[in-house]
Amino acid sequence: MVCACRPFFVLGKWMTKKTILNDAHRELGARMVDFGGWDMPVNYGSQIDEHHEVRKAVGMFDVSHMTVIDINGTQAKPFLQYLLANDVTKLTRQGHALYSCMLNETAGIIDDLIVYFLDDTHYRMVVNASTRDKDLAWIEKQAGPFDVTVNERPTLAMIAVQGPKARQKVCPLLPDRLGFSAAEIKPFSACWFGEWFVGRTGYTGEDGFEIILPENKAEGFWKQLLKVGVKPCGLGARDTLRLEAGMNLYGQDMDESKHPLESGLGWTVAWQPEDRDFIGRSALEAKKKQTNEQFVGLILEDKGILRGHQTVVLDDGLKGEITSGGYSPTMERSIALARVPATIGKTCKIDIRGKLKEAIVVKPCFVRQGKVQIENE
Amino acid sequence: MSNTPDDRKYADSHEWALLEADGNVRVGITDHAQELLGDLVFVELPEVGQSVGKGDECSVVESVKAASDIYSPVTGEIVAVNDSLEDSPEVINDSPYDDGWIFIIKPVDTAELDDLLEADGYESFTEDE
Repeated sequence: MVCACRPFFVLGKWMTKKTILNDAHRELGARMVDFGGWDMPVNYGSQIDEHHEVRKAVGMFDVSHMTVIDINGTQAKPFLQYLLANDVTKLTRQGHALYSCMLNETAGIIDDLIVYFLDDTHYRMVVNASTRDKDLAWIEKQAGPFDVTVNERPTLAMIAVQGPKARQKVCPLLPDRLGFSAAEIKPFSACWFGEWFVGRTGYTGEDGFEIILPENKAEGFWKQLLKVGVKPCGLGARDTLRLEAGMNLYGQDMDESKHPLESGLGWTVAWQPEDRDFIGRSALEAKKKQTNEQFVGLILEDKGILRGHQTVVLDDGLKGEITSGGYSPTMERSIALARVPATIGKTCKIDIRGKLKEAIVVKPCFVRQGKVQIENE
Repeated sequence: MSNTPDDRKYADSHEWALLEADGNVRVGITDHAQELLGDLVFVELPEVGQSVGKGDECSVVESVKAASDIYSPVTGEIVAVNDSLEDSPEVINDSPYDDGWIFIIKPVDTAELDDLLEADGYESFTEDE
């Protein structure tokens, strides 16, 4: 059986990769794009409608292109304590999840990921699609001295169902008693049954689940979700939702040339206990003293749209750069995340096609649980 | 299949140009273009009184994903702009050929319209894209 999640080589060229739900997207009339070598739906009509639906009710995303990696073995915990900048020791109950960066020796971010604790000899990591090859090579190399095996799970699909109504729609459709367990789990926890794995996590700032399941069950599950009124949503809405929620996008808000402290991710680094050596720790400690940049949110006051790479001009004349910009359907304004000198005040200007437009500076999080987080908006 | 009314001319940069009874030329973007762009969230309109040359960039439409330049199909002076697009850019998505018009030019020479494509020419062009 061909695994639809693997790239395949036909007649001398690499074919675009497809998830198991590719036909289902096309049947729904999705507008498809090449996303890092994957043929993915960008929208099914209006990405703004899809965005609003997730904030108000429920929407679902095919995220099967992401990479699921199981770490198994007696030394799974010490291995991950070394590999990751956040500390898996914090995961004390079964299913508990952690968001972390994985750094190289110079504290550059290789990827950001979520790791789940299943038991003492089994952790599960979900990493980005675009970084699959380098992440796997790095993890396998670092695992060498430890008694662990690194097992990618390419025959598992993944569907994210997000929004205030997500859990009530999903639970009745899960197999056997999994629906009862799923209804009980706390945010940032997971439960599982057989090959089905349900995490109460997401990339939208809303409540919901990310469901990992055998790929031969994915199409049936997707169609059941459609039947109960869950709206299919594409990568376009996924991006506007995560931007509003202030969630970083690897490759845009950070990459290997950046470290967590200048990417708004200082909170994901566990410095305690001091004797936990993790890859990149000493380099990051040195950078802690030198860093004079910070990561902020921006809201454009004038009309227009903020975009990645636009220059931010501070009141004192220093300059920064927008890392992710776009339109916020919830706020009906343009918003952005930016890396700027630490001297930034409450306002700044942005160079948009040669014109300087006014923006206000806020914390890098705009909307959560359907509510705008910014005061006096 | 996008629709392409045959009462007007088309540029290969996806603008339409409609010669009106008073000799002015009304300009907008095609159904094909608005579909490609997706939900529009901002329109930068030209200034009334501005002179533009044929092929000059004189307006910008922005979707959530990208900004796209609008080129004037003829040489002339901008005599009107569709102000309603400032608050409701999505009108272009809903009605690209009617309510979604962008600006009106008083042309220097209406013969410049002859260089543009007819409806079927534009349709073939977009099929090949």
